[in-house]
Amino acid sequence: MTLTPSQTVGPFYGYALPYEHDWELVPEGHPEAITLSGRVLDGDGEPVPDALLELWLGFTGDRGALLRGDGLVSGFGRCGTAPDGSYRFRTVRPSGPYLSLQIFARGLLRSVLTRVYLEDRPDPLLDSLDPARRPTLIATGSGDSYHFDVRLQGTGETVFLDF
Amino acid sequence: MTHSPHPPNQSPGYRSTLLRAPAQAPVPFKADPDAIELTSPVFGHDEVGALDADLTRQHSGEPIGERITVTGRVLDSDGRPVRDTLVEVWQANSAGRYIHQGDQHPAPLDPNFTGAGRCVTDAEGRYRFVTIKPGAYPWRNHNNAWRPAHIHFSVFGRAFTERLITQMYFPGDPLMPFDPILQSIPDAAARERLVSAFSLELTEPEWALGYAFDIVLGDTPMETP
Repeated sequence: MTLTPSQTVGPFYGYALPYEHDWELVPEGHPEAITLSGRVLDGDGEPVPDALLELWLGFTGDRGALLRGDGLVSGFGRCGTAPDGSYRFRTVRPSGPYLSLQIFARGLLRSVLTRVYLEDRPDPLLDSLDPARRPTLIATGSGDSYHFDVRLQGTGETVFLDF
Repeated sequence: MTHSPHPPNQSPGYRSTLLRAPAQAPVPFKADPDAIELTSPVFGHDEVGALDADLTRQHSGEPIGERITVTGRVLDSDGRPVRDTLVEVWQANSAGRYIHQGDQHPAPLDPNFTGAGRCVTDAEGRYRFVTIKPGAYPWRNHNNAWRPAHIHFSVFGRAFTERLITQMYFPGDPLMPFDPILQSIPDAAARERLVSAFSLELTEPEWALGYAFDIVLGDTPMETP
């Protein structure tokens, strides 16, 4: 069947897609919680203040993706960027080597999909990349705090997946 | 593998793409059955409220505008229904104004209309929203630029790679040929997939016009070793 084409999320999703505690996949104080934060930047290195990020850990968690509370863990979260282009998630570590991150924004006619590796390691995807671009998929930080910037275009452009 | 129907991210007619569209080609997936992108979040029917799909009943009064229903199915590329998946919509009011604080179009807000809804598809992949027909509105992409009336749709499939955000248009809208966002889709038949169909059968007498809009989600291109 003919697939339905994508269109941009546009600038006005902010009253519709965010939901309560959407960026908190695990509650505050969860013993295995880590934070993942960073910024979304455009081709001039300027912050993108109206992007929407979705994080997927590859497992459902205790309940459906939207529900929060009761100390439960979810495998899915959302975060709209702040005026300085920043985002943050409180999550747990993924079961595998990476977290899946999808980014929507005005000016992106289709979302872009990338991976956040918490450490550099041998990996079929990482090993297939131009070594100069490999670091764009590796988060910096350690312990319970990681940093990952998304550069949509230009110097240090993040590697995005074909999907 | 299905030919991609999607617009190229670099579409200069839509000015916001200039500094945001990636310049480098996307990297193919490696064949990996454990790739987490091949799984998807799941949604329970108890996660959305019964009234979330009726955008005309979210306030004390009825919104101004032409009452419509929008109904359709979420399908995979083989035509099978995608059941129990989340469908979210948002739109301008009948005057072409979003409730979003960033919308400065000098058209009235409607105290009885927010313009956001969601539902979870049933066993046949079906969704249904009650709303009012959104208005066209101006934007600053180029001189005298107007967006055709549209409803934003956000849909999850069975894989994170099937995730889709798109826009649904209305048949016969004279603004469609001039809209760089819709026209960014190169293939005319693919553009047509974003235009809903008016249906007298779905129209409810003395109450609301019916529009039909099916969504077909794609599969993932996979590079085999």
